[in-house]
Amino acid sequence: MSDLVPEPRQKPVVPMKPVSINSNLLGYIGIDTIIEQMRKKTMKTGFDFNIMVVGQSGLGKSTLVNTLFKSQVSRKSSGWSREEKIPKTVEIKAIGHVIEEGGVKMKLTVIDTPGFGDQINNENCWEPIEKYINEQYEKFLKEEVNIARKKRIPDTRVHCCLYFISPTGHSLRPLDLEFMKHLSKVVNIIPVIAKADTMTLEEKIEFKQRVRKELEVNGIEFYPQKEFDEDLEDKTENDKIRQESMPFAVVGSDKEYQVNGKRVLGRKTPWGIIEVENLNHCEFALLRDFVIRTHLQDLKEVTHNIHYETYRAKRLNDNGGLPPMTVETEENHESNL
Amino acid sequence: MLGESMLSVFLCFPLQNDDLRNLSLSGHVGFDSLPDQLVNKSTSQGFCFNILCVGETGIGKSTLMDTLFNTTFESEPATHNEPGVRLKARSYELQESNVRLKLTIVDTVGFGDQINKDDSYKPIVEYIDAQFEAYLQEELKIKRSLFNYHDTRIHACLYFIAPTGHSLKSLDLVTMKKLDSKVNIIPIIAKADTIAKNELHKFKSKIMSELVSNGVQIYQFPTDEETVAEINATMSVHLPFAVVGSTEEVKIGNKMAKARQYPWGVVQVENENHCDFVKLREMLIRVNMEDLREQTHTRHYELYRRCKLEEMGFKDTDPDSKPFSLQETYEAKRNEFLGELQKKEEEMRQMFVMRVKEKEAELKEAEKDLHEKFDLLKRTHQEEKKKVEDKKKELEEELSNFQKKKAAAQLLQSQAQQAGSQQTKKDKDKKNVRCAVEPKK
Repeated sequence: MSDLVPEPRQKPVVPMKPVSINSNLLGYIGIDTIIEQMRKKTMKTGFDFNIMVVGQSGLGKSTLVNTLFKSQVSRKSSGWSREEKIPKTVEIKAIGHVIEEGGVKMKLTVIDTPGFGDQINNENCWEPIEKYINEQYEKFLKEEVNIARKKRIPDTRVHCCLYFISPTGHSLRPLDLEFMKHLSKVVNIIPVIAKADTMTLEEKIEFKQRVRKELEVNGIEFYPQKEFDEDLEDKTENDKIRQESMPFAVVGSDKEYQVNGKRVLGRKTPWGIIEVENLNHCEFALLRDFVIRTHLQDLKEVTHNIHYETYRAKRLNDNGGLPPMTVETEENHESNL
Repeated sequence: MLGESMLSVFLCFPLQNDDLRNLSLSGHVGFDSLPDQLVNKSTSQGFCFNILCVGETGIGKSTLMDTLFNTTFESEPATHNEPGVRLKARSYELQESNVRLKLTIVDTVGFGDQINKDDSYKPIVEYIDAQFEAYLQEELKIKRSLFNYHDTRIHACLYFIAPTGHSLKSLDLVTMKKLDSKVNIIPIIAKADTIAKNELHKFKSKIMSELVSNGVQIYQFPTDEETVAEINATMSVHLPFAVVGSTEEVKIGNKMAKARQYPWGVVQVENENHCDFVKLREMLIRVNMEDLREQTHTRHYELYRRCKLEEMGFKDTDPDSKPFSLQETYEAKRNEFLGELQKKEEEMRQMFVMRVKEKEAELKEAEKDLHEKFDLLKRTHQEEKKKVEDKKKELEEELSNFQKKKAAAQLLQSQAQQAGSQQTKKDKDKKNVRCAVEPKK
């Protein structure tokens, strides 16, 4: 009979509690060089980042992504020709790019969802998206579970989902709520108010408050989720973002204009030029800093450590699980995550 | 631990992919802060580093550790009469600027002391495997938390070679051969101040050639990354490092330096002309610590995992070359196992039924026997009774006969007596009459 229950797990021998020794007094060892070593290694192998944009057509998704990454990442459908039909169902289009900055190589994948919310009957239009996200988790799980694993498992999981809210000025639409309710449990959702240049400052503040209230009332946890704040520092920082800045009211543009002697990205209107990166005009810069400059790594980590683990646990539970190595595994069962 | 998981997971496959478009940026996006973001996360969590020191008792393992990490790790020198090899692990938390390191030093106590050293390597191999096993267990759990797992896997094994000046001992070769596929081995010559410089060079080449000819794979300092390739290449030439350890300080010039004082001079630990301690420290800590951790995770651990899973009967592809998922294999095995369980259960049940039947038959037999015996006894008893009754009847007859006879005899006797007494009475009466008549005369 095959031996499915191997020997009982041996306890690793680490008897004593770590003794704290402050070695600064006795001389330099060089432990802090590990930071440099780590940085060199990661720069050499590069990073990857997968971002998904969801929202109805015409909300400026492609433009915003182009503005975020300062390049023609998405081929927009500006100059919308009438021959291009709206897709009948939600399609998932993933396009990969390689960008480099300051010696850091990044493989960026932008996942577009044309057709979302565009039909007359939009019931369950989030399902293809949910399916796609779960498929990426499944792909990763399959690789992870192999006997002979690849040295670096290709990561196609969606790290961040920008959800575009229409700037009606009133409240969230039922479709918005439904989508976010379903997907906030499987992916990091960052709600974004699109085309924010249609609202005045007061309207913007009110709208944001109402949106935040509605999200809270419906129990929708958008990124950064409260429960994943690691320490007090994170919590205060994230609280500020959650309660004041989010959802970011953004304007996107990839055209440059001359303002006060500088060339800035902006939108030219008869009544003035809206500067995309000007914090007085819109919150694009906040979004960019948040997603790219400070929380990019954290987005990936939450995806890997929490959303992926949740998926994995559920999947293994449903399928009878991997061989229970110790009794502990069975005690750790969670039936419905 | 966060470091490993990030390195092995977040880094994607080679970026030179045909279906990817290379884009040029028209401005500063800001993701060049990514390495910093990553490093900051690791720093806040702290790093783990685990060193295993293998060497004979008294060869200077503890002293070298103290010297390397500029501190005194509390320990007592081991005795030479340990019955076997055992491993002692101790953990320490060191901090330098904002980097926190959880250092675990594992010592082999009693290595090389026994008369029979056949099994000396076994406890070491078992310990290393146990750490891999613990990690594998965690990884296979359904609800797991790898990102704050305290990694106890050995990242570097310092093998202390005794400074005989000749060659490696057979114990060294055997042990290193057993360990080379499980851990990064860095061989060092201990107590190198007992070897003269010219002998040292010969000794080193002899050791290296013996290692090569015996196929022992020691840790190769990585030369693929430009910044470290040069220094790693130059250092590799000096392997195995001849080190001297000391925690005592001696005044040299106008500074205090770690050294060993002899009547004929002072051996300075940090002087590169005297010994290779500085080289060891550079290689082990300042240049390749991260690579040692990565190799442990991506090479040694993966090998262990693969072997372990294959041993348990999992395969990646079946005979038809269709990829199996671990799930399917598990399902198949589980069903097989359950099927066998059921079969066994059936067998046991049948055997039980059979046994019961047998016992029943036996009991019935016994019952029958008993009945027969009882009947026999009863008959015998009855016969006896009859006999006895017959005898009784006989006896009674005899008795009654005897009684009759006795009665008849008695009657006769009484009749005779009566006749006699009547006679006597007659006689008496006659006498009386005679008397009555007589006196007149």
